[in-house]
Amino acid sequence: MNLTLNIWRQKDGRSAGQFETYQMNDINEHMSFLEMLDVLNDKLESEGKEPVAFEHDCREGICGSCGVMINGAPHGHLPRTTTCQLHMREFKSGDNITIEPFRAGAFPVLRDLVVDRSALDRIVQAGGYVSARTGSAPDANSVPIEKDLADRAFEAAACIGCGACVASCPNAASMLFTGAKITHLGLLPQGQPERYIRVDKMVAQMDKEDFGHCSNYGECTVACPKGISLDVIAQMNRDLLVSQLRGRSTEG
Amino acid sequence: MTWLKQFLGSNIGLKVVMALSGLGLFGFVIAHMLGNLQVFLGADKFNAYAAMMQGNSLLWVARIGLLSMVLAHMGSAGVLVLRSNKARPVGYKKHTFLSGSYAVRTMRYGGLVLLAFIVYHLLHLTVGSAHGEFRHCMSDGDGGLQCFAFENLVKGLSNPAAAGAYIVAQLALGLHLAHGVWSLCRTLGLGNPRYDALARKAALFFGALITAGNCSIAIAILTGLVHL
Repeated sequence: MNLTLNIWRQKDGRSAGQFETYQMNDINEHMSFLEMLDVLNDKLESEGKEPVAFEHDCREGICGSCGVMINGAPHGHLPRTTTCQLHMREFKSGDNITIEPFRAGAFPVLRDLVVDRSALDRIVQAGGYVSARTGSAPDANSVPIEKDLADRAFEAAACIGCGACVASCPNAASMLFTGAKITHLGLLPQGQPERYIRVDKMVAQMDKEDFGHCSNYGECTVACPKGISLDVIAQMNRDLLVSQLRGRSTEG
Repeated sequence: MTWLKQFLGSNIGLKVVMALSGLGLFGFVIAHMLGNLQVFLGADKFNAYAAMMQGNSLLWVARIGLLSMVLAHMGSAGVLVLRSNKARPVGYKKHTFLSGSYAVRTMRYGGLVLLAFIVYHLLHLTVGSAHGEFRHCMSDGDGGLQCFAFENLVKGLSNPAAAGAYIVAQLALGLHLAHGVWSLCRTLGLGNPRYDALARKAALFFGALITAGNCSIAIAILTGLVHL
């Protein structure tokens, strides 16, 4: 198949970028999207040009590094699919494909399609962990967990932190990401002791990173390659409200 | 009180302000519609209702309450829009909406349409300055009030341009509520599979109800069903 690629090229965070057009011929439809970019880069290198920088690691849909905007949708338009799991058979010969980096103030472009997503790491560092001492590993099934809560926590834990929610959100909010962490840890017994201090800290960090707010567009949950439910955002709002109502004993 | 300042200044805190003020204003538009539908009960009933409202000692308490809710709603929206613009300083060359409804995409603009309408509506049927034949309530000489709300309304909306503006504004209001009522539930933490479907349907229902109820008045006057 033959394709025309419009790819964002930017030397580094300080340089201005621009789109460049590349004609790709005889692309095998069984290639993944990243393999197609590998072919492009081989071609560019053989011509003595700079290859297109893009982030990738596991190439099996679980590491969360390969997110790019493909024709206006994070990871492309195929539901529940990361860029590395998207195959060229989803496109037609003759297609124009626009490839851009995820855009958000909190995600500065490092080079071409690579953005710095450490703002998400800092949100997790602010409280997305369990630090209560729990002793040695308990016997399996010794801590009873309601099945429905275990399921909700498990679904939220499927988040791979790729940032597609931020990229698709018209407000560039990281509410789905943070809500997933809040839900994942807050519904399980191990996460209970820090449940409310966690939501306070993680939400404060989101604001500090200049992520936007949630208008309930619902774009994020469709863009999410793991299909994280919008309900995690309501869960986070609920936990934050409860935390505000509870107060702290140290306050006067 | 630093916690309150912090909370109200946060993105979620501002959304809570927007949700609570929106809930209050939603309650108001329901009551306002029910009050106005009394126009179908005839001039005497409608004018008596107007006199009861105008003569009420709580009138200004309600007005100040409404004004503060409008200001809180607009203020929180304004701050959040500015922050949202800052959150994505460089946009996409190509961006497609994956699911966002027409209602959610037009919330900001619908809000501005409603603001313009509220100003016009107050000048038209409360202050009366945008209305050629407006008559204010007067003392009936018996300690009560005589109001001409029915006459004002019928004359005011007999003008097709004015009635058209009302109908457009009610469509904008219905659209705003169809997303807003659902969205406020989620902001206030009501979002799980059980309540979500209910909240979505309720938002659509109330949006349609308010639009239909208020438009029915304008249409009834335009078509001469309600007349002097």
